[in-house]
Amino acid sequence: MIAKEFRELRRDRRTVAMLIVLPVVLLVVFGYAANFKVSSIPVVVTGPGASQAATLLREPTFHVIEVNPAAGESVARARLRDGQAVVAVVTGGHGPLVLMDGSQLFSVETAESALGRIASANAVASPRVEILYNPDLTTSWVMVPGLAGLILVFIGTLITSLGVVRERQAGTLEQLAVMPLRAWDVIAGKIAPYFIMAAVDLTIIVAIGMSVFHVPFAGNPAIFCLGAALFLLVTLGMGVLVSTLSQNQGQAIQLAFMLVLPQVLLSGLIFPVASMAAGVRWISYVLPLTYFIEISKGVMLKAVPISDLWQPIGLLALLAVVVLGLAVFRFRRDLAPGGRKQHAAAMREEEPAAS
Amino acid sequence: MTWGLREVSVTRGRKQAIADVTVPVDPARITVLIGGDGAGKSTCLEVLAGLLEPCSGTVFRPPKELIGYVPATAGFYADLTVQENLDFSASAYRLSGREYTAKAAELLEKTGLGPARRRLGGQLSGGMQRKLAVGMALLHTPGLLILDEPTTGVDPLSRAELWRLISGAAAAGTAVAASTTYVNEAARAAWVVLLEAGKAAANASPAQILKDVPGALGTATGSARPTPLSWRRGASWRVWAPDGRLPDGTQPVRPDFEDAVVTATLASERGR
Repeated sequence: MIAKEFRELRRDRRTVAMLIVLPVVLLVVFGYAANFKVSSIPVVVTGPGASQAATLLREPTFHVIEVNPAAGESVARARLRDGQAVVAVVTGGHGPLVLMDGSQLFSVETAESALGRIASANAVASPRVEILYNPDLTTSWVMVPGLAGLILVFIGTLITSLGVVRERQAGTLEQLAVMPLRAWDVIAGKIAPYFIMAAVDLTIIVAIGMSVFHVPFAGNPAIFCLGAALFLLVTLGMGVLVSTLSQNQGQAIQLAFMLVLPQVLLSGLIFPVASMAAGVRWISYVLPLTYFIEISKGVMLKAVPISDLWQPIGLLALLAVVVLGLAVFRFRRDLAPGGRKQHAAAMREEEPAAS
Repeated sequence: MTWGLREVSVTRGRKQAIADVTVPVDPARITVLIGGDGAGKSTCLEVLAGLLEPCSGTVFRPPKELIGYVPATAGFYADLTVQENLDFSASAYRLSGREYTAKAAELLEKTGLGPARRRLGGQLSGGMQRKLAVGMALLHTPGLLILDEPTTGVDPLSRAELWRLISGAAAAGTAVAASTTYVNEAARAAWVVLLEAGKAAANASPAQILKDVPGALGTATGSARPTPLSWRRGASWRVWAPDGRLPDGTQPVRPDFEDAVVTATLASERGR
């Protein structure tokens, strides 16, 4: 029995790879990514005393990216809203005002303690602090927009891949290939129901988040819908891609799991992307969930306009084109006549002979 | 030939699946591909259906809209009802509502699936499942019907009903190409391609294959195998003598189609 199991396992290379490679990858990724401590917080300083305030912020945690004595509170708020800075110090008026982006929980907590250290080291009173977008630093406000994306990843990648592989296992994929359907018709037909189901799911999640966890929806729903639609296209494309690389549902689950897990760990859903080691951080920049979280948090909590979200939206659109393009290309090989093309083929399709 | 394969070869990996195989498929006739497992039957049908391109040779096939195909696996959706399976097939072939209603009613009646139209495909018996798959392939009245082992694993009564359905389609003008492992099914075809190790061991009408049996055929009794070229038929042995000289104790016998298929297969094996 043991020998039989080993023989079977030896022939299932993907499972063996998963058993051996995955723990190593997880350990390395976790080791570098699992870090709640924020080491660098981008800060802007505005107002007449900006230069003086900037020198006081010589705490290593703060990374002053802009000192602008000519600018006021509105510029500081704009920098926080568009995500360029997490902390903004506005000088002038009745003492300095420190604005913080409450959607960045760990950064705000780190900034608050760093501010306290600066105040006691310089024997000055702690400045007024105003936390924007999530004043009570409620965890659910930050998690719900991200979790919505995570659920879409599960539906898009895992469930879609299973739907297509089931067709392959049942032998009906061959029948579809013979029917007068284009590869794109079949893909669109396969993913449309999941797209609608995921959209319904997303609506329910956001509704529950708003009604039960009182998560605000401050921005434009149309921008949110655009980001979600693009993100869904990427995840559905990943699902189809996984299905083209899998012969059975077990393989599809394994492969989909390998695509979903990095998104859970490296998208910024749990650990701040800014805290990750540079070697791991680049992975998060190719994950679609990273950009969807940026869009969903931006729209729901901060009412970020589309002009400030063009980058994540554009990158999601690019990913959608690349992933769906690859999926269609691979799927066509399975479906289109001559998909499993022989070398040096000399076949020709002909009209009936006059026999 | 109207449809079919002419001198087609296919290589799968390093193995040649079929070599220079010709399969004529003409309207209103049934061409049967017969052979053992791995003989190349499914490969021929996959090439004919357009699922696989050959290394060499010519394929004659109508446009996709005129092909009906039943794979060796399911050929229907287990999670859809009989009616929903037919609905899907009709939409894929873009049948008009009136055309579909009439054809579906006719097929449900012919297949006997009418009372089961609301049952899930996966809950049907094996024979009913194959009838559903053939029904789906016939819904759009194809010019070429390709059936990969439509009766394998099906009870004798359902097999007869399936062949009645297939023969009806051929009688209405459809060109049928079907594979089978049952010799008695091949005997009723208009044309038979006997495949052995990827090559055509015989390629003619059943009557011609019967006529072409080389050498002499005899019958013998006893527990020991009379010659290497003998095989069991019921309680006795069939003995084939390619040179026409039957061994002593063997009674000459007139070959039937099953004998003709076995001798053609043995002749092909000897020629390799």
